Amino acid sequence: MNRTLKFLIPLALFLVAVGFLTKGLFLNPREVPSPLVGKPAPVFTAPILGEAGKRFNSADMKGQVWLLNVWASWCAACRDEHPLLMDMAQTKRIVMHGLAYKDVDAEAQQVLIAMGNPYNKVITDTDGKIGIDYGVYGVPETYLIDKAGIIRYKHIGPLTPEILLTKVVPLLKELGV
Amino acid sequence: MKKLIILIFLFTHAFAVAYAGEAKPISDDPALEVRLKAMSQELRCLVCQNSTLADSDAPLAEDLRNEIRTQMRAGKSDQEIVDYLVARYGDFVRYRPPMNNVTAILWFGPFLLLLTGGFVLYRVLKKQARDGDIQAEEE
Repeated sequence: MNRTLKFLIPLALFLVAVGFLTKGLFLNPREVPSPLVGKPAPVFTAPILGEAGKRFNSADMKGQVWLLNVWASWCAACRDEHPLLMDMAQTKRIVMHGLAYKDVDAEAQQVLIAMGNPYNKVITDTDGKIGIDYGVYGVPETYLIDKAGIIRYKHIGPLTPEILLTKVVPLLKELGV
Repeated sequence: MKKLIILIFLFTHAFAVAYAGEAKPISDDPALEVRLKAMSQELRCLVCQNSTLADSDAPLAEDLRNEIRTQMRAGKSDQEIVDYLVARYGDFVRYRPPMNNVTAILWFGPFLLLLTGGFVLYRVLKKQARDGDIQAEEE
């Protein structure tokens, strides 16, 4: 083998390593891929916020594409994404239910009064059991569930216009919404 | 001297009382707590990713510990409970990664590197030995 070429091998390996490490710098370690994507969304029934005595059954959503946005009044990042949710609600393009995760009903309601309510229904998960079934570990989290009740996409952290445009909207088109 | 002993006794006693007031029973079943402790040391808290479920004070960790307690009381095996958590949070929840297609490179990568390194070293040494022989012959 050519002698100079041989000396270049360690340099090439070094550059490959640098490439991987640089890529690693821009990955978010908090975003753990959910094993639930591509699997049926866990079915649950829970009380609906502000509708005393009524319960929401997620099985009733079969046949519809919908978003489940997990939020809480105590969650600061949820307030960051709230205006975007309001914009989404105005387009009336997709049904979005909220899941008030480990929240006090009155406090959740207060946030919705103060900032507006982007949700079709708000389901209460006071003890966080639904959250565990959905693998929630940091609010806000957003799930896109298709007509067959399969979770097609999960976003961890506040939604951004960029995420909506690059991930959610193309999926909605694919799902015929 | 006697006074000192009494003083020491009073101090230690006072502290003992203070601590007794703070410690709260976690569960009425010590055997279950031991099992939970052993198990949760193998599980990751997803909120504060570098601590175990056993060490974390995050509300979710508390909820998950309670869920594990409930399932243990219901007679579930450790494996069933780990499977339950992995189904929801993925393999990341385990501190010991399982062997599967995704983690194969994690398990075998180091050995592959070792083999490659060994092979390169063998080649270099052999070549040096051969060059050395040639040089020795030339001299």
